[in-house]
Amino acid sequence: MSALRTSRPARIGQYLALLAYLVFLAFPFLWLISTAFKPAPELASLHPTWIPEEPTLANFRQAFDEQPLLRAAGNSLVAALAAALIAVVVATPLAYVTARHRGRLATAATGWVVISQAFPFVLVIIPLFLILKNLHLINSVPGLVMVYVVWSLPFALWMLMGYVKAVPAELEEAAAVDGAGRLRTLVSVTAPLLVPGIVATALFAFVTAWNEFFFALVLLKTPEKQTLPVVLTHFLGAEGVADLGPLAAAAFLATLPSLVVFAVLQRRIAGGMLAGAVK
Amino acid sequence: MSSATATKRPGGTRTPRTVRPARPRGPDFGAWFLVLPALLPILVLSVGPLLYGIALAFTDAQSGRTQSTRWVGTLNFQDLLHDTLFWDSFRIGLVWAVGVTVPQFLLALGLALLLNQKLRFRWLARALAIVPWAMPEVVVGIMWRLVYNPDAGILNETLRDLGLGQGHDWLSGLATALPAVIVVGVWAGMPQTTVALLAGLQNTPRELHEAAALDGAGAWRRFRTVTWPALRPVALAITALNLIWNFNSFALVYVLTNGGPGGRTRLPMLFAYEEAFRYGQFGYAAAMGCVMVAAVSVLIALSLVRRLKGDQDR
Repeated sequence: MSALRTSRPARIGQYLALLAYLVFLAFPFLWLISTAFKPAPELASLHPTWIPEEPTLANFRQAFDEQPLLRAAGNSLVAALAAALIAVVVATPLAYVTARHRGRLATAATGWVVISQAFPFVLVIIPLFLILKNLHLINSVPGLVMVYVVWSLPFALWMLMGYVKAVPAELEEAAAVDGAGRLRTLVSVTAPLLVPGIVATALFAFVTAWNEFFFALVLLKTPEKQTLPVVLTHFLGAEGVADLGPLAAAAFLATLPSLVVFAVLQRRIAGGMLAGAVK
Repeated sequence: MSSATATKRPGGTRTPRTVRPARPRGPDFGAWFLVLPALLPILVLSVGPLLYGIALAFTDAQSGRTQSTRWVGTLNFQDLLHDTLFWDSFRIGLVWAVGVTVPQFLLALGLALLLNQKLRFRWLARALAIVPWAMPEVVVGIMWRLVYNPDAGILNETLRDLGLGQGHDWLSGLATALPAVIVVGVWAGMPQTTVALLAGLQNTPRELHEAAALDGAGAWRRFRTVTWPALRPVALAITALNLIWNFNSFALVYVLTNGGPGGRTRLPMLFAYEEAFRYGQFGYAAAMGCVMVAAVSVLIALSLVRRLKGDQDR
């Protein structure tokens, strides 16, 4: 241990570096919050301040008046919840099989996961647009959910494979020796151990769908159907001239659900991502 | 991976007789039953559209008249070859991808090394590092527009306070737009890279560090001989992925500049999106997608070759 003790100047340097990182990471976010709570006169001032002199909630009220934020949040919630649930239900069995059996299927599944990370979505969105149009699912949340499910499958699969591998195969073998059938082993031994991983994966899929913009932009045409990220861009206006206060207020609100999920799941998400990603 | 092989091995070497009774007799329908629910949507909604998209690149499909679409061979690709606007955007995409990925990696490496030390307030940095990751890209774009705002933004106000000029419209300036969006890209993608590198660091054995330190190796030498070799696979993987993701990115720049000013930040995805959904040129946009896939495939191939070579060296 003692060999690694850091000298005093080095320590000070480390703290200065850490401080610089903290400032870089925090300042845009703090500025967003500051802008969201500033009254109009302060926003128009040529010398903006960090802390609002007369903090107000007027921007939030105005944001809800200007754009259908509640309905957009509702659409986002439905799309993200449905996509997360379906993705996990569909991906868990596949993840189980690919994690436990090494063979052509596992190779194909991992290969597909890697390749799907490289798609420029424009190549997929045009055909999807045409297919969904023929099915009359353009400008509909169910159509978007279908796209989200497939889009979040690779990552869900990746994370879940990591969680399955973390369940010792010996446990299943022991159950098998005790005479439990295959299904019984899966349901009463493996599944309970996988639950935390499944929940983490579902929440991650929820956040990615909640944050998603490109597919929603292309597939949802009318404001009643649009999700929160798409509606947020309406605040920017045609010429990019924006009402800063309501814009900041709405943007801040749109971030809260993902922030909460990440705060709760910080470790699990990082761990799950790495379980797969770092091979 | 390592834990998986470790747990698998005992089962494989044990005498088969103790394990076998549980195996189902006959063909393994169970596995297929488990695989099908995922395989079906993947084939129908992912692999299918991908092939369909490649096929579209060889047609004159337009959004208005998909009925009378004709096969036009490589015409779209020939047009693309002469489309200077597309190659401009391709070049901008490369500059953006490298310009974001490299500083992002260096900054993330520094942060990961710091967070791996026993420092006070480390928890705060860890918590903060998650924020950009959790934010919707659209919000990140909006947030940085507030920072960059020529009059009401904090960046110009800080510069004015420091006596550095009267302020500048960063996102509208021909020279500053691309650097300005690159800064945002670096900020937005740092968390993933940091988390990946941090995990890589935590896999490096501490004893090796201590042994090297006892042998009198300085910090830089320890990094080069102990830390980096252990970190290299993770670093290469995350860098390759970041290059690909950044080259294909869309939402951030769409919100920040929508490709402007004068196309200076028009990434390939923005270009293809406009071509497809503003001008309705589905076939042509699909051809752009194909060229982008080809470019990315080269990158994947290169990194795979490196990995294979690395395996041989070992």
